[in-house]
Amino acid sequence: MEDIRLIEVKEEILSDNIKQAAEVRERLRKTKTMLLNLMSSPGSGKTSLILQTVEGLKGAVRLGVIEADIESTVDAEKVAARAIPVIQLRTGGFCHLDATMVTQGIDAMAVNELDLVIIENVGNLVCPAEFDTGAHKNVMILSVPEGDDKPLKYPLMFSICDLLLVNKIDFLSLSDFDMAALRKRVLALNSRITILEVSCKTGAGIDGWIDWVKKEVAAFKGLK
Amino acid sequence: MHELPITESILKIVLKHAEMNSVRKVMAIHLQVGKLSDLEDDWIQRYFDYLSKGTVAEGAKLKIERMPMMVRCHACSTSYEVEKARMGDLVCPACGEKGGTLLSGREYTIKEMEVQ
Repeated sequence: MEDIRLIEVKEEILSDNIKQAAEVRERLRKTKTMLLNLMSSPGSGKTSLILQTVEGLKGAVRLGVIEADIESTVDAEKVAARAIPVIQLRTGGFCHLDATMVTQGIDAMAVNELDLVIIENVGNLVCPAEFDTGAHKNVMILSVPEGDDKPLKYPLMFSICDLLLVNKIDFLSLSDFDMAALRKRVLALNSRITILEVSCKTGAGIDGWIDWVKKEVAAFKGLK
Repeated sequence: MHELPITESILKIVLKHAEMNSVRKVMAIHLQVGKLSDLEDDWIQRYFDYLSKGTVAEGAKLKIERMPMMVRCHACSTSYEVEKARMGDLVCPACGEKGGTLLSGREYTIKEMEVQ
């Protein structure tokens, strides 16, 4: 019987994706195009927020959108109707986008003519948190009907984001959602996160979100 | 939920090292996975068994070591371990400060493999 040997491997399992994500970030830094990865559960308002963002940034920031969906093109059609560049990626059953898929998206766009590209990631609070897309900023939405306990169930997602949008605040009066408890839980996980309360339906708080995006894009473009 | 792409990456790296080291058979693979990840051990093994058929890694056992989540306090820089269920409610055991920076708990590493 042959002896069993031990081989030292010491390799990151996701090293291919980490490398690809770094390439995406560097490439878009050269064209001064900020990449923003938008994540949330299904139905929390990603597409509605993007539609509001298209309106809010009109004339100020040149925007493109990468839509990821497991099968359908419903979201991409809604965004394309607003006459901005949209690329639809079908993830073919995958529960998240990775940096290789994002590369296909930006290859298909004239990114040098854009200031900002928003990725609408697959609706899911688990998998997208694990895979670096190459984005410069990560933003998530939590909608009021989902409940204030989500940071306890999906800590990784809350800990990697730069901004949390609490959407559907027009539902607050109908629910037992505790905004103070939510803020406390999120900030304990991630002290550098910005939290904004919005309603895509009534438009409440959307100005604050648009200001944040404009400020971040301006800061990004100020970089070499 | 994302066990399949993770398992594909594991197999790719394992086969690369097997070839570099002229391995005849891979017996076991030691992984280090952070406790903050949502991977299910059983599913990784099941996908691995399926994907590795016909390769030198067929039949290899995946041995997964869960790496603790360590947090550093903002105020006094003490490092302490936390459980996932307590992640939303961090309190420094040394000074009582709330919140901190995650130092580890997101690892996805292949440490070593047992081969013939």
